[in-house]
Amino acid sequence: MPLFAQAINMLAALFLLVAFAMLSQRRLANLINLYALQGLILGLSIGVVAYGTDQPKLYFSAGLNLILKVIAVPWLLRRLVRKLQVQWDRETILYIPTIMLLGLGLVIFAFNASLPLSELAGTINHNTLGIALASVLLSSLMMILRATAISQVIGFLALENGLIFAATSVTYGMPMVIELGIALDVIVGVFILGVFFFHIREQFDSLELNYLDRHED
Amino acid sequence: MSGSLGLPLEIVLGTLVLWLALALASVAVSRYPEVIRSLFFVGSLGSLALCVAGFLAITRAPQVCVLPLGLPGLPFHLRLDALSAIFIILFGATTFSVSLYTTGYLKHARYPAGARMALQYHILLASIALFFLADDAYVFMVAWETMALSSYFLVVTDHQEVAVRKAGFLYLLIEHVGALAILLAFAIMQASAHHGIGAGYTFHAMRDSTLPTGLASAVFFLALFGFGAKIGLIPLHVWLPEAHPVAPSPISALLSGVLLKLGVYGILRVVFDLLHAQVWWWGVTTLLIGLMTALFGAIYSAVQSDMKRLLAYSSIENMGLILAGVGLTILFLSYHMTVLAALALTATLYHCLNHAFFKSLLFLGSGSVLHATGERHLGKLGGLIHRMPWVAFTMLLGTLAIAGVPPLNGFVSEWLLLQAFLGATSFPHPYLSMAVPLGAAVVALVAGLAAYVMVKFYGIVFLGRAREPQKSPATRIDGDPWERAALTYLALGCLLLGLFPAVVIRIFKPTLALLIAGLPANAHGHSPHHWFLLAPIDVAHASYIPWVFLGAIGLTVLMTFTAVRILFRKPIRRSAIWNCGYPSLTARMQDTAEGFGQPISHIFVSFLRIRRTLPTADDQTPVYRSEIEDLTWHGLYLPLARAVSWMTGLVALLRRRRIAIYLLYSFATLLVLLVLAP
Repeated sequence: MPLFAQAINMLAALFLLVAFAMLSQRRLANLINLYALQGLILGLSIGVVAYGTDQPKLYFSAGLNLILKVIAVPWLLRRLVRKLQVQWDRETILYIPTIMLLGLGLVIFAFNASLPLSELAGTINHNTLGIALASVLLSSLMMILRATAISQVIGFLALENGLIFAATSVTYGMPMVIELGIALDVIVGVFILGVFFFHIREQFDSLELNYLDRHED
Repeated sequence: MSGSLGLPLEIVLGTLVLWLALALASVAVSRYPEVIRSLFFVGSLGSLALCVAGFLAITRAPQVCVLPLGLPGLPFHLRLDALSAIFIILFGATTFSVSLYTTGYLKHARYPAGARMALQYHILLASIALFFLADDAYVFMVAWETMALSSYFLVVTDHQEVAVRKAGFLYLLIEHVGALAILLAFAIMQASAHHGIGAGYTFHAMRDSTLPTGLASAVFFLALFGFGAKIGLIPLHVWLPEAHPVAPSPISALLSGVLLKLGVYGILRVVFDLLHAQVWWWGVTTLLIGLMTALFGAIYSAVQSDMKRLLAYSSIENMGLILAGVGLTILFLSYHMTVLAALALTATLYHCLNHAFFKSLLFLGSGSVLHATGERHLGKLGGLIHRMPWVAFTMLLGTLAIAGVPPLNGFVSEWLLLQAFLGATSFPHPYLSMAVPLGAAVVALVAGLAAYVMVKFYGIVFLGRAREPQKSPATRIDGDPWERAALTYLALGCLLLGLFPAVVIRIFKPTLALLIAGLPANAHGHSPHHWFLLAPIDVAHASYIPWVFLGAIGLTVLMTFTAVRILFRKPIRRSAIWNCGYPSLTARMQDTAEGFGQPISHIFVSFLRIRRTLPTADDQTPVYRSEIEDLTWHGLYLPLARAVSWMTGLVALLRRRRIAIYLLYSFATLLVLLVLAP
């Protein structure tokens, strides 16, 4: 197995590890750091794929991911957390071991589900599709289990990371236009959600979504 | 479009434009009630013109034209043939009287109601005229929907009351469920037509194509359901007893007299014109539903105590008889017994015409009663023959006609229908030959019940003495001259339709020839010489001469009159009524509507749902109350509504008002899709 293929597998394993870490992380500041770390791994892995297959357009993609997900979005989120003064908040997550086991089951399921598809793909990193799908599912699980709005948004952003990762592993990334579009969506989404957080906070004195749920009636 | 369309079609289209113009004009002059009333009078002249056009068209070959209206590439196809013509005659002749009546009826209407009625009424008339001309599915449905909506607005004229709005909604709902079924029927026929995609929606293309029996049956039953909703077949009849009482009386007359016939026209058009081969079990189904509807309507009308609700159930009964005639026609045609089919169809058409006349008369008459007394409940009326003699006399003719008493018109069509039933003994199917004539027994029972109902109706409203104290009981309240003119016209129509049946049947001939292929040229025993004699099969078999009855009745009356005059040569003396030995006898002690209907509700108790509240033995002010509810509500509609609300309750379980739950749904969906993916 060539070196860069091993490198890709290693990065993929790290990607999944970070996804698990996010699932069990209680502190918001750390969650943002983990998100930045995941972005870094994603960018690096795209870069390695670009080097291994000699596709210059993937370098753009890698650069874009690094700028956006390691620098821009984490910075925005940190600023938001500071302004809302919730950086020291700890979330209550119940039954962390159970959640971990659930996540483990999801990973196995994702590998099984992606098996036929990854055999069809002729890419050098086709083995990582299972990991990409697993991280998408783990991020969804995180969105379901979290109670505060900011960690749900981070879950959503992590889900998007997983999608990009899946795209590189099956078809060497999406067309440039689409990737640019997604990048723009992420930025705009974070801005808008930031505005919403302030409003939710003003209204209910908390970012816990339970209040929002009850208010719906 | 160039050249001449032919006179009848031009008249009909001209009338249509006239009515639309009147509708627009009524908006412009909405603040002048006198002008609004005159609009109705002008509209009635249009009806008369339409009637003339129908008579002109019936003997001519079908006239077609294409109007460049509608959507681009989908023009309106119109056609005036013998079937349209016969219904246009019915329509024109009936609405003439309704318009005349409304001219008088609106005398006391307040400002917005009159103008709104004039607008909707004339749009309704125009849409019905267009409906009879329709020769493609598109214009057919456009006219049908316009008719449904404008009649809905007329029903809810008094929309301030909750009951009115509820009844109107029920009407609109059933109408639209029916319209959907009709649309589906046309969709099947269009898909099977051979004329390519563009022109398949014309009736011409549908006529030219033949459907396999399975598809044709689907079309037939969809059409029966759709038009049955309009006609009021059980269990789709529930809107009739709700909508008729709440609508203004002229509108009730129009609903019952004309709009119900649109359903009959639709069935005749689809079954005999657009579909070719008739299947025997269509006929049996239609016949059974028709007879059940007739019996149901007759029983329920016997136990009603609301004047207009009683008439509405009576309409259900009559429509049931008409549908039984249609079923019999289908049955005869499926075995190629054309002469008997022609007889059954004649009875059907005749009864349509008769019902249009006498039911309009009864509804308009009860409108006059309602206007004069402000009371719809039979238990509070009575003795009106003294205060409104003109209305009472015309209503007497109407009730006798609907009860099927010779020499009036109701007898003729019921007799023809009975003859058709009794002729049905020669089917190749032995069971049919034995079972179908039994239908005659049901028809006879229904006719008897109808007579009972009418005795009750007339007796309670007009005879005896007023049951409640009346405002200014001595004054005559005999209706406006316009109203009286309309009532007299309709009563005269009932009489003439009864006295000249052979003439009427000769008018039907082109229609029969159009609908029944292979009908012998001189199918009926009557020849032009015997204009007074009606003999459907041959003179030796059965014949009817209304003049004999008229003569006998006239003679009896004359003899009684002279005998009384000769034997008692004394002036008329008015005195107190003999009180049978009871010291105090009040008007409230007369027979009530409930009391009169009690034997029927006792005998047919299993058909009814009666809620009784009886007073206790020591009650100081005893009140006896019994409400009769429609069985179909409790047997069909309420369980249906409960099932629907149960299902929506299940859906509501999914809505948990938590974001996490919604996220879980999409997550679970994703997992399921992934499992299913390979």
